[in-house]
Amino acid sequence: MEVGLKPGEISLGTTLIAVAFDGGVVVGADSRTSMGGSYTVNRVTDKLTYVSDRIYCCRSGSAADTQAVASIVTYYLQLYAIQHEEEPPVRVAASLFQELCYKNKDALSAGIICAGWDKHDGGSVFGIPMGGSMHKLPYATAGSGSTYIYGYCDTSFRQNMTKEETIEFVKTGVALAIGRDGSSGGCIRLAVITKDGVQRHFIPGDQVPALGVI
Amino acid sequence: MSSIGTGYDLSVSTYSPDGRVFQVEYAAKAVDNSGTVIGLRVAEGIVLAVEKLVQSKLLVPKSNRSIQTVDTHIGVATAGLLADGRHIVNRARDEAENYRDIYRIPIPGKMIADRVGHYVQAYTLYSSVRPFGASAIIGTFDHDGPQLYMIEPSGVYWGYHGCAIGKGKQVAKTEIEKLSLDELSVVDAVKQAARIIYAVHDEAKDKEFELELSWVTAQNKRHEFVPADLAAEAERLAKESLNEEMEDD
Repeated sequence: MEVGLKPGEISLGTTLIAVAFDGGVVVGADSRTSMGGSYTVNRVTDKLTYVSDRIYCCRSGSAADTQAVASIVTYYLQLYAIQHEEEPPVRVAASLFQELCYKNKDALSAGIICAGWDKHDGGSVFGIPMGGSMHKLPYATAGSGSTYIYGYCDTSFRQNMTKEETIEFVKTGVALAIGRDGSSGGCIRLAVITKDGVQRHFIPGDQVPALGVI
Repeated sequence: MSSIGTGYDLSVSTYSPDGRVFQVEYAAKAVDNSGTVIGLRVAEGIVLAVEKLVQSKLLVPKSNRSIQTVDTHIGVATAGLLADGRHIVNRARDEAENYRDIYRIPIPGKMIADRVGHYVQAYTLYSSVRPFGASAIIGTFDHDGPQLYMIEPSGVYWGYHGCAIGKGKQVAKTEIEKLSLDELSVVDAVKQAARIIYAVHDEAKDKEFELELSWVTAQNKRHEFVPADLAAEAERLAKESLNEEMEDD
């Protein structure tokens, strides 16, 4: 069971990966939402959540908590976009997530990755794990499934990958985690965020690469 | 009405029949009587310069500064009632801090000008308050480069390449218009700013003045007072050009 989850609370068991490349980011996630660790509530969940036109967050932990936090951040970013007459930077979005997660750390169980593109920094990735710290990273993984793919990420991640290589890296990572983590599964969802917009990819369950599964 | 006048200028919450708010115009007069303050925006930064009229020889030099730092990257020069200017700066500091608390990035020039502008405007709405007898020139350096704004007692603000307020604003503005601001280095802008302040100073009416010079440069994006040696050099050149002018006459 996820730490900090209340009895019967719906959890995003989850594998999340976000990787920055030159010109944008690729975010990816599995699609399983479960209750009590074994019952799948939704097998086609979208854990990649819009917060602004060029920024997405990847949610893990309590589905209720992360949805609530994401919608508050979305509101703040809309306000930012109107007042500043331009799209918010990714670091501002991440800071808003961090502030909410840190100030309410006793009440929340939320592990979030905030990633996107802005004109100042290009593609960037911020990890905001449980507890409410914030880390700017070349890539971030989160969720129960991420523990199974540390070795894969350590050996396969390279700086300066192309967009296509990055997509492949994320897809394989999620597929590997799905193969080992009981709380991750279903389909693979990806979002590629560049200055031109957001491109969504969907890999149905029967097409998820069955890697190394005995 | 026991006093003379139309009675339309007694409160900020009363319009005159032709749609003016006299109290706000009087506040602007308070600014027009102050020492000249100018701001220059060049490619590599902002320069603020103040002709601070010294009330008494007994005052300690550099006291009652009218250029102040609002955030690391923001300098504000005020003209008009010094205490009103300080109040505006205080509010600007609160706004800058508040913005940082929420967004964790330095407040952009446009936003600080907007927020302080709103605050100043609120003092033109209620009969229980008096509009600020001060204008503020805001110099910042943000993601979009150097920014220069000026807020008037009415609360309106505009972005500028160069601006001037106070007694010598007309002369100062014509002098600024002669400069090719886009080609000027920050160091040259400091020298020009000093020259203009010396040029507009009326020695017959106001005896003493102290020159305040500050800048925000692309180099470190910080608002700071111009280093003493450069300030001294700029002041020396300013006096020199003043003497040359007199010899020409």
